Amino acid sequence: MKLPFAITLDPGSSRHNHTGAWRTQRPVYVDRLPPCNATCPAGENIQHWLFLAESGDYRAAWEAILADNPLPAVMGRACYHTCETACNRAKVDEAVGIHAIERFLGDLAIEHKWPAPPCAPATGKKVLVIGAGPSGLAAAYHLARLGHAVTIRDAMPRAGGMMRYGIPRYRLPREIVDAEIQRIVDLGVTLELGVRVDDLPGAIAAGGFDACFAAVGAHLAKRIDLPAPDATRILDAIGLLREIEQGGVAPLLGRRVVVYGGGNTALDVARTARRMGAADAVIVYRRTQAEMPAHEDELREALEEGVQVRWLSTVASLGDGDITIEKMRMTLAGPVPTGEFETIAGDTLVLALGQAVDLAPLRAVPGVAFTRDGSVEVDGALMTGHPGLFCGGDMVPAERTITVAVGHGKKAARHIDAYLRGTTYAPAPKHAPATLERLNPWYYSDAERTVQPQLEMARRQGTFEEVHGGLDTSTALFEARRCLSCGNCFECDNCFGVCPDNAVIKLGPGLGFRIDLDFCKGCGLCAKECPCGAIDMIAEQT
Amino acid sequence: MSDQRIRFYQTGTFTVGNRLLDPSDRAVQASTARANALTSGHRACQGCGEALGARYVLDAAMRATGNQLIAVNATGCLEVFTTPSPETAWQLPWLHSLFGNAAAVATGVAAAMRVKGKPVRVIAQGGDGGTTDIGFGCLSGMFERNDDVLYVCYDNEGYMNTGVQRSSATPPTARTATTPAMGPERGNVFGTGKSLPLLAMAHNLPYVATATVADLHDLEAKVTCAMGIHGARYLHVLVPCPLGWGHPTDETIRMARLAAECGLFPVFEAVDGEVVSSTPIRRRVPVEAYLRGQKRFAHLFDGPTPDPRIARLQALADQNIRRFRLQPEVTP
Repeated sequence: MKLPFAITLDPGSSRHNHTGAWRTQRPVYVDRLPPCNATCPAGENIQHWLFLAESGDYRAAWEAILADNPLPAVMGRACYHTCETACNRAKVDEAVGIHAIERFLGDLAIEHKWPAPPCAPATGKKVLVIGAGPSGLAAAYHLARLGHAVTIRDAMPRAGGMMRYGIPRYRLPREIVDAEIQRIVDLGVTLELGVRVDDLPGAIAAGGFDACFAAVGAHLAKRIDLPAPDATRILDAIGLLREIEQGGVAPLLGRRVVVYGGGNTALDVARTARRMGAADAVIVYRRTQAEMPAHEDELREALEEGVQVRWLSTVASLGDGDITIEKMRMTLAGPVPTGEFETIAGDTLVLALGQAVDLAPLRAVPGVAFTRDGSVEVDGALMTGHPGLFCGGDMVPAERTITVAVGHGKKAARHIDAYLRGTTYAPAPKHAPATLERLNPWYYSDAERTVQPQLEMARRQGTFEEVHGGLDTSTALFEARRCLSCGNCFECDNCFGVCPDNAVIKLGPGLGFRIDLDFCKGCGLCAKECPCGAIDMIAEQT
Repeated sequence: MSDQRIRFYQTGTFTVGNRLLDPSDRAVQASTARANALTSGHRACQGCGEALGARYVLDAAMRATGNQLIAVNATGCLEVFTTPSPETAWQLPWLHSLFGNAAAVATGVAAAMRVKGKPVRVIAQGGDGGTTDIGFGCLSGMFERNDDVLYVCYDNEGYMNTGVQRSSATPPTARTATTPAMGPERGNVFGTGKSLPLLAMAHNLPYVATATVADLHDLEAKVTCAMGIHGARYLHVLVPCPLGWGHPTDETIRMARLAAECGLFPVFEAVDGEVVSSTPIRRRVPVEAYLRGQKRFAHLFDGPTPDPRIARLQALADQNIRRFRLQPEVTP
């Protein structure tokens, strides 16, 4: 075709004109690390499983949790959910109730008896796990899934560790613990209960084990000497909780119980005492509320149930039916005594001053080193100085929570697997964080957090029924959909809609989008209007 | 618990689409089957609000009319950047004649379709220059005769194509090539200009609406509503211009949003000359938040003290909010 003078294009569509040549920067779809995932001690991919739950695919969501944590129903109750503290939505209105959704999914799985996903083919390797607490169970689960033969040994008559003998029933019903443990046993894990392992190298050699994961926890109560006319009136918190759980003779607490300490265990004991009929449950703590290590929600609930707290106080001595406390004063160096005493009524004193690790079984193991504060020294792979012996949970230096323990179990399992295969495990590099500044919160409508139902107060003070109720199908879906999907595309079509040049190609459900670089002028509107900050603008190479 | 009303959340109506929404609740723009009436390769500047607005309007109108649509265009950016002969970015029958006669030509096209017995609908469109200044005579005639045309004005508040000159839609204090930021009263002066939506209402049109490119669902609903009515209709769409307004190319939608959220650009619908509904402000901002992002208002902020004319602009915004009931929960 002969074109007129100065005309270089055939008549027709503007699509001959590749405006992409104007571009100095281009949009790139990225995945960023949401704050919930970044802070989860168990390494859960929370944003991902919420994404699955949002479409009502609860089974897939639950299986996504299980990839990192085999105890969702327990975790949804007993975890202190650092994810919700970090949640970007907390700065918009209120954090997503992640724990409530996790609990809903965990309960749904128990209700429908969903099994864990199948295990890999057997590797022929044997692993000994010592301690059937959250860390040991998590390690056993992951090792079994990877195809290894796992034996768990625990000194107690029932499995669960602190999930059973530490956390009271009103926070964590035992049928939930039983159901989640049974699912792990069903993978073919051997559970040997009532067996205390004192000679570790001997046990490993006798059983022909190729590796060992020890997670016996910290269950030795720390004690102090106090002048008291009758030593039987001083109990230790963890021993008390264990005794109540074992259902033996209910310890004589008396009507007025004083608990000494400021951690979660102190609150657990005080709340338990109220449920066992104590008229007064008083916590004595030597610092102020701001320093209290116990979780804020736990304290609030304890106060609701009538537990009293004496801040800035220490126990000086026990009398006959009373306890003398000394007032403290906060200084920059910590609390100091004031010399001012007060006598309060008290039949029993329960010491909740922390727990120590029983290091006896490890003392004689060659190569194993200990920290000065009585924990086991481990490397980045959670391995001790003794090759093939790994440790995790409350035994090693870390925050002592159930979630950290489960995270250690997963991490140890991956390193043990690599150890057994003669390789090393290197976790995938982490994405850059998905900060609130990258989000465009305009596109998220206001939606208030769903409140979990609570047991009425009379029953919270007299029974061990669970305090918090669960979400139902509709409220769980609502809550899941409050997730902002920080840093990860949720297919809202904004980029596809806001491009003035039709240069975003929609690939279809689950496939996301692609930029048509022939026409993208690099204006940046798609990145700016992306609600979740999943598009970066990067400079073109010139 | 169970009676909790599910209002809105991640799947809310503010995004273009969403995998969790029923397809009928998603915007036309979320569909790969959208007409793309204005396709790629056009020569609009980066981040052009008008290119975006025109595609939003025409795609929605194409869906509403089953693709039985002809567009008539006034001279302006929209005509120049889409159709440099011999190529065009339009994917629908499209006609351009003169700067000032788009409304009259559209009247003729509508009459021709009626004579030929074809159920084809007509949209006339232009920028604020072609609508509020140069084409106003023809437009008023089309309104007054109640011809079956939807006239869409893409308002970027100036003659951007010819080098950012003032139009009768340029806001007070804005700097343009013909209202420079110099002299005793810098930028465009107060007390000038006109509101075409209000003038259209004065013609007793069956449907008048305003919208912005920042609220796609609102815009598409108004186009769909307009195409369901016969007679003369008017739609006024605010389309920010990165070049003429002096904001970054990725802020086009944000500027349109701020214009509506501060109250300077009221978003409403009017039927038979009466305002029947307005889109409430969701998160009200002071006009300063809107003005600061644009270089055309930079001279308001370069002195040691705030320019008193910012307060006058705020008064205009406050007046709009009262007049169009943009914050119904606030009682004066």
